[in-house]
Amino acid sequence: MTYLPKPRVQHPALTTNAIGLTRRDYEGALTTLCAGCGHDSVTAAIVQAFWELSVPPHTVGKLSGIGCSSKTPAYFLREAHGFNSVHGRMPSVATGAGLANSALALIGVSGDGDSLSIGLGQFAHAIRRNVNLLYLLENNGVYGLTKGQFSASADRGSKSKKGESNEMEPIDPVLVALTLGATFVARSFSGDKAQLVPLIKAGLAHQGFAFIDIISPCVTFNDHEGSTKSYAYTREHQVEVVHADFIPRREAIEAEQPADALTSVVLHDGSTLRLRRVADDYDPADRDRAYAAIRERQQHGEVLTGLLHVATGARDMAGQQQLPEMPLYQVPYDVLCPGADALAQLQRRYR
Amino acid sequence: MSQVNDFAFKIATANGTGSASANGLIMQAIFRMGVPVTGKNVFPSNIQGLPTWYEIRVNHRGYTGRTSRFDLMVALNPATYAKDIAEVQSGGWLLYDSTWPLEASLRRDDVQYLGVPLAAMCNEAFGGVRERILMKNIAYAGVLAALLAIDLDEIRGLIREKYGKKPALIASNDRALALGYDYAQAHFACPLPVRLERMDATKGRILIDGNTAAGLGAVYAGATVGAWYPITPSTSLMEAFRAFCERYRVDPETGRKRFAIMQAEDELAAIGMVLGASWAGARAFTPTSGPGISLMAEFVGFAYYAEVPAVIADVQRAGPSTGLPTRTQQCDLLLCAYASHGDTRHLCVYPADPREAFEMMVQAFDLADRYQAPVFFMSDLDIGMNDWMVPELTWDASYRPDRGKVLTPAQLDGMKVFHRYLDTDGDGITARTLPGEHPKGAYFTRGSGHNRFGAYTEDPDEYQDVMERLARKIQRAADAVPAPAVQPADTTTRLGLITIGSCHAACVEALDALAEQGIALDYLRVRGFPFADSIRQFVDAHDTVFVVEQNRDAQLRSLLMIETGAPRDRFVSVTHYSGFPISAQHVTAGVRARLERHA
Ligand SMILES: Cc1ncc(C[n+]2csc(CCOP(=O)(O)OP(=O)(O)O)c2C)c(N)n1
Ligand code: SF4
Ligand SMILES: [Mg+2]
Repeated sequence: MTYLPKPRVQHPALTTNAIGLTRRDYEGALTTLCAGCGHDSVTAAIVQAFWELSVPPHTVGKLSGIGCSSKTPAYFLREAHGFNSVHGRMPSVATGAGLANSALALIGVSGDGDSLSIGLGQFAHAIRRNVNLLYLLENNGVYGLTKGQFSASADRGSKSKKGESNEMEPIDPVLVALTLGATFVARSFSGDKAQLVPLIKAGLAHQGFAFIDIISPCVTFNDHEGSTKSYAYTREHQVEVVHADFIPRREAIEAEQPADALTSVVLHDGSTLRLRRVADDYDPADRDRAYAAIRERQQHGEVLTGLLHVATGARDMAGQQQLPEMPLYQVPYDVLCPGADALAQLQRRYR
Repeated sequence: MSQVNDFAFKIATANGTGSASANGLIMQAIFRMGVPVTGKNVFPSNIQGLPTWYEIRVNHRGYTGRTSRFDLMVALNPATYAKDIAEVQSGGWLLYDSTWPLEASLRRDDVQYLGVPLAAMCNEAFGGVRERILMKNIAYAGVLAALLAIDLDEIRGLIREKYGKKPALIASNDRALALGYDYAQAHFACPLPVRLERMDATKGRILIDGNTAAGLGAVYAGATVGAWYPITPSTSLMEAFRAFCERYRVDPETGRKRFAIMQAEDELAAIGMVLGASWAGARAFTPTSGPGISLMAEFVGFAYYAEVPAVIADVQRAGPSTGLPTRTQQCDLLLCAYASHGDTRHLCVYPADPREAFEMMVQAFDLADRYQAPVFFMSDLDIGMNDWMVPELTWDASYRPDRGKVLTPAQLDGMKVFHRYLDTDGDGITARTLPGEHPKGAYFTRGSGHNRFGAYTEDPDEYQDVMERLARKIQRAADAVPAPAVQPADTTTRLGLITIGSCHAACVEALDALAEQGIALDYLRVRGFPFADSIRQFVDAHDTVFVVEQNRDAQLRSLLMIETGAPRDRFVSVTHYSGFPISAQHVTAGVRARLERHA
């Protein structure tokens, strides 16, 4: 065996961020998904976004339901606690975790089966509560893990691998989220890292429920001709309307407004979202017009992507609950327990 | 016929008429006279207009179980006249509203009829439909005060405590009370032979319902997150928790709340929230009833396998399905002991009354944290929603929550590596960490196969290794759950009686009665699951063990057979599942019937 010294080139994965961590430090276990699965690209985008933001990995809680998509929290942020829950119920677990520790950065990963069939109720109610959670729906139009049945996001007329045609109306999670008043709604494509990474960063900084529907093709069961969730179909029909550039707080001050900027949104932590209008007449601040625009383009077979709606200033769950600054789980027992005297006094009313 | 300080009466009305507060007033006044008293509210699953009853039992010996013998019936609901009149003991009394004549067919020769024109009097004295209806209730309280010699001053005092700052209300209540009282004094030979006399037997005691006590227990245990989906009869548990938190847990400076209560979209979400909150380090719980447990089953199995603490309060009601939602039963004993798919077995605690509800709620949190597992707090509608006379609740100021093995950041700092499911000291319990605290603490909580290091596995040995440890861990909890309460008979006997939860009150009374009849039984009350060895020993020490419980299928007996391995013919079931709380008479009759058959 010959011995060759390694070239002294700095691998891009070894560049460090503001807290001295490399991209590797944001990775997890090796993926066990099919080669080429869209979900793995989303995982890579998550790693990139957290690394760029210099988030200490252990300050994150990563949660999921059940499905190929829901396996992915094992593949990023190995130093973060993970909670791979039960099918369709990740939102409730995230809700409880957020109540107990409002300082924890929560990211939830789900699939279209997990979110739109068995989990539609919990998905809806997490939106209603404006849980401070970045919710990624890795949408492939099928149940990957149970081998390719149509999911509720399958478009009408979309063909299964066996040639069956889906005759039912799809549930579009973006329209659902808009209807229910989600405060951050985006759609992206696993194959479009340039769009996805800033969206993930913006979603993390958003206070409240940040939803990103990510078309994430299933190469094994739904990437054939006739599928509307394939790589080819999505590449061809994706139309970006608003591109979000996320500018963290410390850079926000210097960032100047480029000529094509539509608007800037300052998030609660002082960071800025710079929204670049790619398509005409689209205003992400206007929920009703966003809804109408998405519907209209859908009728032309187009998939609008980008930051479709954002509203700042709404109270998130912790605010609605009037939780203290200190996470509930850290409040000392002495403060929580009314004590023996209070108990004696209270019981006068039961005599 | 029972006499002084030993009788029962029942008030029949329609729900939604406001009789509950008058009934409470009567109960509390009797209690303040120092006389032991219990009340059972028998109500419909309805908001307005259906029959409802309130049973009050006075007993100088302190028996608090339900009785089915009523000396006096206050029949104010014509819709149930026939049934109510039939229930009066021979030689008893029937009080009715004589504004309208009573049909001759409803007359019994062995019952004395006391007619009071309640509606007519109140229509004359009060204006407005609602006030007339409400004051009619206070008027019958006045009649009862005269008939039973309830101290009027006690009632007046209670009215003042209740309506302190509303003089107009106090005045009309006083007036209604006097209307009834004076009418009875003028028309009947007051007091009746069944009547009250002051005693000194309620000192150091309180009248409280189990849901209030359990809600208070959750506050004292340091619970900060409660998630629930409303369901009778558990609703008032969360309402109590909320009320106590509003009182004790709001930061006076900032107005921020040191608790979170989330009304979930269903019970699946409620238990999910509890697991999320526990995983993140809070003490969290959910109150529910049978149908909710069914929905929670999947997550309960998850919590068992992934070892996430959770406290689930099951305030049992009559099933199956919607069943009788406002009636009591102990019908989830089997469901909760083994809830979920796969090999699971859960810690359960079984309070017998509100005082134990308070104490066991606290214990449930300690057990959940120590064993990193779901713990079922098994109450029922009778305990949860009725007012019981119990010794005052006490609190040990030195109590500190047992949070179990939770590694601190400092401990993690000193460790080379952390493995979530590695049993380092052989007790079956492995250390956990909390998210957000330390990079070395990270682990992956999952319901899928995992090995002792917390990694995914499908390897048979690795899978079984964890499953066996879990079995050991839960079995060891048998010595940590509340120990059985044992009361040997005065004489040696080969007969035993085992019961659970709210049957206790009826059983102790029945045991006394049977002893007086020369039948001695050793007594054991199960208070926790998994069963302690002493339960098996108790069964072995007797030829026949009566098992008293409130469900059709003898679920406690099944549990005893499964868990102790004792043969089926050792046990004789005395079941009761009408939806009403079990009475001592039922237990006595059940035991006697068996003994007579084999005599
Ligand atoms: C209660 C329950 N029912 C059914 C299943 C089986 N199951 C596992 S994954 C899955 C569908 C997942 O689909 P999706 O969320 O779209 O994830 P994908 O695999 O496509 O990423 C189903 C039905 C389960 N795990 N639990
Ligand atoms: S089956 Fe589909 S979704 Fe699952 S890993 Fe393979 S490609 Fe991805
Ligand atoms: Mg899918």
